Amino acid sequence: MYPQYDVIVVGAGHAGCEAAHAAAQMGSKVLLMTMNMQTIAQMSCNPAMGGVAKGQIVREIDALGGMSGIITDKTMLQFRMLNRSKGPAMWSPRAQSDRMRFAEEWRLTLERNPNVDFWQETAIGLVMEGNKLVGVRTAMGIEFKAKAVVLTNGTFLNGIIHIGEKQYGGGRVAEKASTGITQQLEDLGFESGRMKTGTPARVDGRTLNYAIMERQDGDENPEKFSYSDETKSLEKQLPCYITYTNQAVHEVLATGFDKSPMFTGRIKGIGPRYCPSIEDKINRFAERERHQIFVEPEGWQTVEIYVNGFSSSLPEDVQYKALRKMVGFENVKMFRPGYAIEYDYFPPTQLKQSLETKLVENLYFAGQINGTTGYEEAACQGLMAGINAHLKITNQEPFVLNRAEAYIGVLIDDLINKGTEEPYRMFTSRAEYRILLRQDNADLRLTESGHKIGLASAERLENVQIKQKAVKELLHYFNHQSIAPEDVNENLRAKQMSEIPQKVKINRLLKRPDISIADLKDIHPEVFAHVSKYDKYVQEQAEILLKYESYIEKEQKLAEKQNNLENVKLRDTLDYRSIKALSLEARDKLSRIRPQTLGQATRISGISPSDISVLMIYLD
Amino acid sequence: MKKLDFAQDDIIALATPAGVGAIAILRLSGQHCIQIVNQVFKGKNLEKQASHTIHFGTICDNDLVLDEVLVSVFVAPNSFTKENSVEISCHASPYIIQQITQLFIKKGVRLAKAGEFTKRAFLNGRFDLAQAEAVADLIAADSELAHRTALNQMRGGFSLKIKHLREKLIHFASMIELELDFGEEDVEFADRKLLTSLVNELQSIIKHLIQSFAVGNVIKNGVPTVIAGKPNAGKSTLLNALLNEEKAIVSEIAGTTRDVIEDELVIEGITFRFIDTAGLRQTNDPIEKIGVQRTEQKMKQASIILYLFDVNDNFTEELSKIKIDLDAQNIPFLMIGNKVDMLENQELIKNKILDLDFSENQIVFISAEKKLYLENLQNALLRMVNLDSFKNENTIVTNIRHYESLLHTQESLFDVLNGISSGITGDLLALDIRNALYHLGEITGEITNDDLLANIFSKFCIGK
Repeated sequence: MYPQYDVIVVGAGHAGCEAAHAAAQMGSKVLLMTMNMQTIAQMSCNPAMGGVAKGQIVREIDALGGMSGIITDKTMLQFRMLNRSKGPAMWSPRAQSDRMRFAEEWRLTLERNPNVDFWQETAIGLVMEGNKLVGVRTAMGIEFKAKAVVLTNGTFLNGIIHIGEKQYGGGRVAEKASTGITQQLEDLGFESGRMKTGTPARVDGRTLNYAIMERQDGDENPEKFSYSDETKSLEKQLPCYITYTNQAVHEVLATGFDKSPMFTGRIKGIGPRYCPSIEDKINRFAERERHQIFVEPEGWQTVEIYVNGFSSSLPEDVQYKALRKMVGFENVKMFRPGYAIEYDYFPPTQLKQSLETKLVENLYFAGQINGTTGYEEAACQGLMAGINAHLKITNQEPFVLNRAEAYIGVLIDDLINKGTEEPYRMFTSRAEYRILLRQDNADLRLTESGHKIGLASAERLENVQIKQKAVKELLHYFNHQSIAPEDVNENLRAKQMSEIPQKVKINRLLKRPDISIADLKDIHPEVFAHVSKYDKYVQEQAEILLKYESYIEKEQKLAEKQNNLENVKLRDTLDYRSIKALSLEARDKLSRIRPQTLGQATRISGISPSDISVLMIYLD
Repeated sequence: MKKLDFAQDDIIALATPAGVGAIAILRLSGQHCIQIVNQVFKGKNLEKQASHTIHFGTICDNDLVLDEVLVSVFVAPNSFTKENSVEISCHASPYIIQQITQLFIKKGVRLAKAGEFTKRAFLNGRFDLAQAEAVADLIAADSELAHRTALNQMRGGFSLKIKHLREKLIHFASMIELELDFGEEDVEFADRKLLTSLVNELQSIIKHLIQSFAVGNVIKNGVPTVIAGKPNAGKSTLLNALLNEEKAIVSEIAGTTRDVIEDELVIEGITFRFIDTAGLRQTNDPIEKIGVQRTEQKMKQASIILYLFDVNDNFTEELSKIKIDLDAQNIPFLMIGNKVDMLENQELIKNKILDLDFSENQIVFISAEKKLYLENLQNALLRMVNLDSFKNENTIVTNIRHYESLLHTQESLFDVLNGISSGITGDLLALDIRNALYHLGEITGEITNDDLLANIFSKFCIGK
C-alpha cells in the first residue's frame, strides 16, 4: 500500500522542512512525517528569522538553494540590517515574521513539490534489519520503508513542560511529546542527554499602551534575505516596541523563586547561558536595575504579541503579576504563560561531517536533536542532512563545507568535534574567518557548490556569475582609473576631507574610511555616474573588497595556514590511549571522536596545541 | 594494532661528550633496559634493586670483562624519560665505550636518535613543549646564567608571565566580541581608551621580553665578540692568551690568519664567543681577500668589537679613522693597545691617547704575548655586556620559537593600536586581537575561541 521511499524525514520544523525540500529537489522520493500537519514549520519561540550570525546562515541556506530565505522574505513584516555601524562582517539581516503566514508558506512550498509525500502520525522507532536501517515505524504500527532517514525531532523526544510547580509531558505547549525513539537509539548504542530551553508569555496587543514604550521601526530602505529575484523587499512594515523591567518587576518575580522548577532543581537539563530566563537574569545579575524587553508582533493581522526577553518558567500568576509592573503593560492580558521545556538530545560528536550517524548507516540527525537551538541553526542542518542523505543513497561523495567557506561549516564542525554542553547557538565569534563569511557574499561563496550538487538552479548560478564578473570589472576600474587633484580637491575641501596631493587611482580615495561610493557623487560626479551603471549589490561587493582588502587577505592567509593542517590525515588505526604525552582528556576525546585530519583534531575541545604537537611528532 | 616502534623499545646513547676523559656515562631507556643490563652485569641482581640506587660491578661479554662500572638504576616512572632507565658510568676510553655499546646493540638495544631521550620524556608526559625546549637548552647550557635561565623556564616562570598577559587580553577581546555579537542588546561597549592603555601596557611588557631575547641569546649562544685590527697587531696571540690554548695559527708573517676562527670563553658566567679575524688591510692575495671579506661580514654580526693595535706603531691616524667607522656602525667597541711590554716612552702614549678622545671604558692596554693586564680586558668586557640588569630577572626569552611568537604578537598589537586610532570597527579590531592571542597561545599552548565565549557568558548579562 505504501511506496518505498528514498528518504523519510521525521519532524516538520525548520530542519525537517529544509531536509525534505532539499532531498526532493535533488530527486529523491521523500516522505515527510509529522505528528500534526497543522504545525508544519511552526515557529515555537520568537517570530523572527536572522539576527547576528544567524542572518548570515539564512543567506547561506539561500545561496545553496534552501528555502528559509525565500519563505522569510514572503512572510516578514519588518526587516532590519543589524550592525550597520560596524564592519561588513557584522552586518546581519533580521526579519520579524508573521508566524501563521510563515508556517503556511512552508507547507504550500512543500505541497507544490511532487517528490514530497506527507504522513501525519508519531514515529515511534526505526525499522532495522540487523544493523541495517530500512525504514520508520509509526504509532499505528505501520512500517514505512526508505533508504535513508533524517531525524529532526526538535524538543519532542520525551519532552516535559514546566510552569511553576506544574509539569506535564509535551513537545510544545498543547502538543504531545514523542516517546520510544530515544530508548531504541540508546539500545542501538547511542548516548543521549537532556537539554532545557524556554519561551516567554504571549500577550494581547489590544491591552498594551504602546504610546509610552520606545518604538523600533524597520529599516528605511529594507533589504531582504534571498539573493533570487523571486522575492521583493517590504514596502510596508510593522514596528516593534521596547520596554524595560524594573525593581518592582524583579520583586514580584522573586516571590515565585521557591516554586521555580529551575531553582528547586526539578529541571535537570542544561539551558543556554546566552538565552537565560528572566528569573535567571535577575538572580545571576542582581546588580542590574533593569533588563531590556522587546515587544514583537506575531503577525500582520493578529493582536498576539511575543514578549522577547521575558522567558520564564515561574508560576503563571507570578508571570502575569510581574508583566503588569512593566511600563506599557499595566493592563496587559496574557494569552498564555511562558514555560520551560526539557527534551532529549544526542551529543553530536556521534555524527560524521555529513550529519550521518557513525553508528547507523544512512541515519541522519538535524536540529535540536543535535543539541542546537535556533531556527536558523536547525534549518541549515536540515538542509545539509537532506542533501547528504540524497547524495549517500545515490552513491555520491558527501557535501561538506569547511570553516572558511560558511557559518554552516563552522556550526557542523563545532558540533561533531566539540559537542555541546548547552544548547548551541551560532555567534560570529565562533568563526575564525568572520571577515570572509559575510552576509553580502554568501552567494559568491556557495551558489556554485549548491548548483553542482543539483540544488541551486542554473538561473541562480548564472546570476552569481554575472555578479562576479561585474564586481571584477568594477574593481579593475577602481584600481586603474586615475583622478586628478584639480577634479576633486575643491569638492573634498567642501566636504572637509583631506585633498589629494597628486594624480591617484580611485581606489586610493575609496580606501579611506570616511569616503564611500555614495560620497563620490559630490566628489567626482563623472566617476560616480560610471559606477552607478552597476547593480547596487555589485557596487557594495566591490566597495567591501576594496576597503577591507588587507583584512580579507589576512584572514585568507590564516585560512590557508589552517588548511595545511586539514590536509594532514590521521591514521584510523592510531591508538590514542597509548600516547602518554597526550593529556588524559585528549586521549579520551581523540579515541571517541577519531578526527580524520590534524586540522579537525585542533578543534576538539580540550585538545591543546601541545597535544597537536605531540600528534605531529607521532606523524614524523 | 601495531605498537609504535619507539613506544617501548630500548635505546642507548653516550650521555657525556665524546673523546678521552676520566669517566663516560652511557644511558639506556626503555621497558626492558634494566633486564638487559642485568644480563651482562656481574654484581647485584639489578632487577631487584630499588629505583635511584647505584651498584658497582663489571660489564661482561660472556666471560670477557669489558670494564668495571657503576650502574644507576631508575625504575619507571621515576626517571627522566618516565621509562625504566639505566646509567652506566664506565671508563671514558673510546674503545671501551664502543665495546659496551656494541654489546647492548647485540642484545636488541638500538642507538638513540638525537634528542630522543628528551622526546621520550616529552611524549611520556614529563613536561610541556616549552619545558621540553628548555631541557634541550639546559643540556646545551654551559655557562652559569644560561643554566639558571633554562632551569627557570623549566619551572614555568616564562609560561606564567605570558599566561597572565593572555588573560588580560582575553578580557579585552571578550569586551569587543560582546559588542559585536550582542550589540543589539543592552550591553556596555568596550571603552576604546581603556583598550588602548591595556594594549600599551601589554606592548611594553612584550617589548621587554623581546629585548630580553637579545640577552637570552647572549646567555644561550654567547656574546659574539670580534677581534679586529691591522695585520700582526697580535690578534691571534691575544685569542690564544685568553683561551690558554693554541687555537689560531700564530706566526710572524703578517696575514697568517686567513679564516675566521671561533672559540668560547666564560667570564663570570657569561659566554663570550671570540671570533678571530684576518687583519684588515688591502691585499692582492685572493685567499686573503676572502678572509678580509669574511672579517667585514663578521664585524657586522658582532655584539662587541675588540680593536687591537700595536702601541709601538704610529697609531693616531689609524685609530681616529676606525673610531669614526665603528661609531657609525653603532656597535660597542673596545680599543686594546697591545705589546705594552715593549713600550719605551709611556708618557708619549698617554698624550697621543688623550688627543683621540676615548672614554675611560673604551680603551685598555695589555700585552698578549706576556699575558699582562688581561684581567683589565676581562673586566672591560663584562662592563660592556652589562647583564646586571637582567641577572636577577626571572623571565628571559631564550627560545627562538618564543621570540618569533612574541614578535608576531607585537605586530598584531601594533595593528590593534593603529586600528583603534584610525577608528576601525570592532570586527576588524577583533581580527588583530585574536591574532595576538593566537601567537601568545603558541607559547602557552592554549586556544582561544571557547575562552572568549566562556568569559562573556560568565561576566555579562546577555540574551533576550
